[in-house]
Amino acid sequence: MDYLLTEQQTMIRDLARKIAQEKIKPVAAHYDETEEFAWPIMKILADSDLFGVYLPEQYGGLGGGIMDMCLVTEELSRACGGIALGYAGTGLGTLPILLHGSEEQKKKYLPDIAKGKRLAAFCLTEAEAGSDAGAMRTSARKEGDKYILNGTKQWITNAGEAEIYTVIAITDKTKGIRGASAFIVEKGAKGMEFGKKEKKMGIRASATREVIFTDCEIPAANLISKEGMGFIVALKTLDTSRPGVASQAVGIAQGALDCALDYSRTRVQFGQPISSFQAIQHMLADMATQLEAARALTYATARMSDSGAKAMSKDSAMSKLFASEMAMKVTTDAVQIMGGYGYMRDYPAEKFMRDAKITQIYEGTSQIQRNVIAANLIKETLKK
Amino acid sequence: MNIIVCIKQVPNTTDVRIDPVTNTLIRDGVESVINPFDAYAIEEAVRLKERCGGKVTALTMGPPQAENALKEAISLGCDEGILVSDRKFAGSDTWATSYTLAAAIKKIGDYDVILCGKQASDGDTAQVGPGISAHLDIPQVTYVKKIREIDEKTAKVERMTEEGYDVVETPLPCLLTVVKEINTPRMPSLKGLMRAKAAKPLKWTADDLEADPAALGLDGSPTRVVKIFTPETRKGGELISGSSAEVAKELAELLKGEVI
Ligand SMILES: Cc1cc2nc3c(=O)[nH]c(=O)nc-3n(C[C@H](O)[C@H](O)[C@H](O)COP(=O)(O)OP(=O)(O)OC[C@H]3O[C@@H](n4cnc5c(N)ncnc54)[C@H](O)[C@@H]3O)c2cc1C
Repeated sequence: MDYLLTEQQTMIRDLARKIAQEKIKPVAAHYDETEEFAWPIMKILADSDLFGVYLPEQYGGLGGGIMDMCLVTEELSRACGGIALGYAGTGLGTLPILLHGSEEQKKKYLPDIAKGKRLAAFCLTEAEAGSDAGAMRTSARKEGDKYILNGTKQWITNAGEAEIYTVIAITDKTKGIRGASAFIVEKGAKGMEFGKKEKKMGIRASATREVIFTDCEIPAANLISKEGMGFIVALKTLDTSRPGVASQAVGIAQGALDCALDYSRTRVQFGQPISSFQAIQHMLADMATQLEAARALTYATARMSDSGAKAMSKDSAMSKLFASEMAMKVTTDAVQIMGGYGYMRDYPAEKFMRDAKITQIYEGTSQIQRNVIAANLIKETLKK
Repeated sequence: MNIIVCIKQVPNTTDVRIDPVTNTLIRDGVESVINPFDAYAIEEAVRLKERCGGKVTALTMGPPQAENALKEAISLGCDEGILVSDRKFAGSDTWATSYTLAAAIKKIGDYDVILCGKQASDGDTAQVGPGISAHLDIPQVTYVKKIREIDEKTAKVERMTEEGYDVVETPLPCLLTVVKEINTPRMPSLKGLMRAKAAKPLKWTADDLEADPAALGLDGSPTRVVKIFTPETRKGGELISGSSAEVAKELAELLKGEVI
């Protein structure tokens, strides 16, 4: 389908596709197997200016928006959803600064991020605070011109690899979620440590670790926005980033469909390619149709975000919900079309299926997306 | 340091077909790309610039659409592109091509190093690079796999041989043809692509060059193609299987049967 991309967006998509197909695809299985972080690929993405597509030109970016970031994430995910997350996770960690940071903070951090010199990470989740992020315990106490952080963030994408961390912590326990604040913590801050790398089902090229703060001192100037704004920063960040997860899901599903389609044309059973069986054809048709619907919804949401829309929690949740559920279905069907070969690690289909699962979980599970959508639907009827 | 990199637009070899009647390449509808070996020359030129400072000029002789190859070279880090294009150049063999490119390089004037790919994937002659250096009367080193040292006066390079490599020192200006072992070409950057989109490569015709008209194009080409044919594909060998002893014995028998 033609999405009427601008000339610059077409250029971005084509370059991301070229890198994904020529550089990432050949090493995707290797990084899945070894669970190493794909630094050589990050370097290529950095040198190609892809880390800056959504950042303003005055900070060294290319002046595009979330749509541009989605195009890159989709193409990279089509080759490897895990490697793509090194890129997309940096976007997630950067958004609090981009959306709510001060001019000084933007000047200090965004140029390095745009160049891909430093990766970023977003730290919200804790052991007791997953879907219920409000239950977080990590605290930040102001002392003179410093904040002292204590607590442990869990399952943080890019942790250990990234150099810039945006962290949500409680500055005032008495105020509940209105007592949360957002901070920038640089790797190497005294009292900041990382837990061991998690072993995961999919996206294994992505690094997931705990980020542990023990009397970790950071300059007071690293507070993003004002004290008490932490939850708003987090929610705005997630509203803006969820189309990114949706595009990761679209890319993973596309990779699986490419693979199943190719295979169906060469696999011969009963004397003919399996693609000549109507049962297989209908599966392929459904996969392609669902995929295109998810892509259209994702792009529409990303464009809405770039147009400056204020309230978009519902739309953003819809794109992530629909695309991630689609990806799970399409990747499962891709394995089905390939039969036993689909189940084997010799083909990438099973990896796409493992990688797809995470898109239904992080940045809010599918259940939480439905909660957000329904809450907004009901709120809208009350307003009428 | 002023670096010139000579590149050629060729049909993408991944989808080359041969006309069964004329035995020549079918170029219609085939995507044109930069000669794969030239990609290494471009990368090395850009690395030289990053190492020593200066400027990289990409030079090509070809039809008007060869401008795209120059734009691609610019997206990969070259500063400028020059397209030498004229109907009068049509039918040039390697002698006339290198003569024409040498004339263009004389017009550019100030240069320290000329880089070329070791050969073009369509003609496979590997003659144009050395030809240019002969026409310019400057030293050449072919099959370079590493530039060890380089300053304004000399370069010390490794020339690949079948058994290993020679270390060759040459004064500048010189011409180097490079092999794929020399580097891994980078991906284009978005900023490079945007620069390339805006770039307007210079276009020179025969009249812009100080060249003998009789030495250009088909008339200036001493090569005569007598016959073009597709060589017979080598038949597959015979596979001997069994235990090592059996295999060795059978092989010895077979060899004995042959007149060696
Ligand atoms: C690989 C990976 C990377 C991650 N990266 C990051 C990161 O970079 N930064 C970060 O901050 N976090 C990250 N996370 C955390 C992620 O966002 C959480 O795992 C997610 O929000 C769900 O929280 P939970 O795992 O604690 O599940 P729970 O909240 O314990 O949920 C368990 C189940 O209960 C359901 N459930 C919970 N509450 C409700 C409800 N109200 N209604 C209906 N159903 C409900 C859920 O849908 C789910 O099915 C990552 C997680 C993983 C696995």
